[in-house]
Amino acid sequence: MATKTQAAVDGFFDPAIPALLGTKCTQCATVFFPAEETSCRNPYCTATTFDHITLSTTGTIWSYTDAQYQPPPPFVPADPHVPFAIAAVELAEEGIVVLGQVAAGFGVADLAVGMQAELVAETLYSDDDTDYLVWKWRPVKEPANG
Amino acid sequence: MANDKSVAVLGVGMHPWGKWGKNFVEYGVAAARIALDDAGVEWKDIQYVAGADTIRNGYPGFIAGATFAQALGWTGAQVSSSYAACASGAAALANARAQILAGLVDVALVVGADTTPKGFFAPVGGDRKDDPDWLRFHLLGATNPTYFALYARRRMALYGATDQDFAQVKVKNALHGLNNPNARYRKEVTIDEVLASPMVADPLRLLEICATSDGGAAMVVCSMDYAKAHGYDKVVTVDAVTTVTPTFPNTVIEMPNFSTDSSKTVAQAGRTFRASIAHATYEQAGIGPEDVSLAEVYDLSSALELDWYEDIGLCGEGEAENLLRSGATTLGGRVPVNPSGGLACFGEAIPAQAIAQCCEVTWQLRGQATGRQVEGAKVGVTANQGLFGHGSSVLLSR
Repeated sequence: MATKTQAAVDGFFDPAIPALLGTKCTQCATVFFPAEETSCRNPYCTATTFDHITLSTTGTIWSYTDAQYQPPPPFVPADPHVPFAIAAVELAEEGIVVLGQVAAGFGVADLAVGMQAELVAETLYSDDDTDYLVWKWRPVKEPANG
Repeated sequence: MANDKSVAVLGVGMHPWGKWGKNFVEYGVAAARIALDDAGVEWKDIQYVAGADTIRNGYPGFIAGATFAQALGWTGAQVSSSYAACASGAAALANARAQILAGLVDVALVVGADTTPKGFFAPVGGDRKDDPDWLRFHLLGATNPTYFALYARRRMALYGATDQDFAQVKVKNALHGLNNPNARYRKEVTIDEVLASPMVADPLRLLEICATSDGGAAMVVCSMDYAKAHGYDKVVTVDAVTTVTPTFPNTVIEMPNFSTDSSKTVAQAGRTFRASIAHATYEQAGIGPEDVSLAEVYDLSSALELDWYEDIGLCGEGEAENLLRSGATTLGGRVPVNPSGGLACFGEAIPAQAIAQCCEVTWQLRGQATGRQVEGAKVGVTANQGLFGHGSSVLLSR
């Protein structure tokens, strides 16, 4: 059993919050995810300094699909492959669409364009002593009436 | 509709697409020999070789121009090698055209060829945590069909596209490519067969996603003066080539990224990246989509072909399904799309594909597209998009 957890890749999200990690240009205020730390990519801006920020943790599903076939490496598959859904979620405040796997237990039948989704941290893969975590999108269901 | 930026197409050639398992150089050389024969130009007279690179065949693929030149026999010609992912062939053609229009050379050979692995395209090897192409596979398991499916699902949600529409594109292209000797898949399919094929990335099924193929394509292009001096009459001309990048902010999720630019600080351009590709070509050629007789577009998925109808101006936003259903884009219709059979019948041979699109348009404009001829074709446009922001569109006429 794994005893430790850590983000699968450093610098993209903080699993403890959980939230995506981005930057904001100190001159033009453009938000970047993944974090841009070298040179602003707004063509009208030449800034080289950025503030570190966390992104909104809820958004609207822009589109979605799933992976019925096992993706090739460097994806680390379950054995056997378990199909998973992927969603592109639009963050209103930042004006950015971010891809993520959809939380375990949800498939394309649970999703719709325009539905709300929230960010969660889940295990992407594990080795002997560590669970490697990634951000995923979990659909937010409207409460059922009656 | 030649203009003062036109170059002449003297010859075209292809090695048939398939899964032949040979060295890519063989396909490129075969295509080049056919193009040279078609042009009636000898290899020793080619002054410039523009190679389109492949990144899955070791060093010879990275310097494809020189690789093909050596295989054909060193002649001291000028050479270039271009990589622009799926747009590599257009990048090579753009180089050759620029050399000709600058008056630096008179006649050039453009060649691209590929040998591909089986299955999903995977990123090149190594542990590369700063490469979005590596990260999207590692963190998300996002393959190329993932992106095609996101676009397809969005068409369904926004414009009411149906599974039958997507299947119909495949049925149409299979019919178009039935008699194309260079196509890999030459078999009619029905809507039911398409819909019965396994789901790969919902809503896209196996028969709606293009395969990866081996193949090679080549063109011999020259200055209008050279064509005239050598007695070529009524040649096909390349009237525009564009290789545009996106404009910030690019707000449509693009392979291999897992996020878009932010739309909050700079006003968005009037058109999306995909729409800007053909628009730039029409602008350069000084004509519009209403002048087009046929189009070869990059149907990486059947659904993506519908996006292209709108992006190359054949119809307005949200009208592609109706255009398809009307039969306008089928052979015999107003503006047939992918008369070659498209990627649906070819599969993708990355550096050869943009050149192959031009080969097909050339045959169509000459009236040589036996079994798939667009009657009276005068103008053809190609459109394609390379990973990481490479536009590719060529306009040809006769």
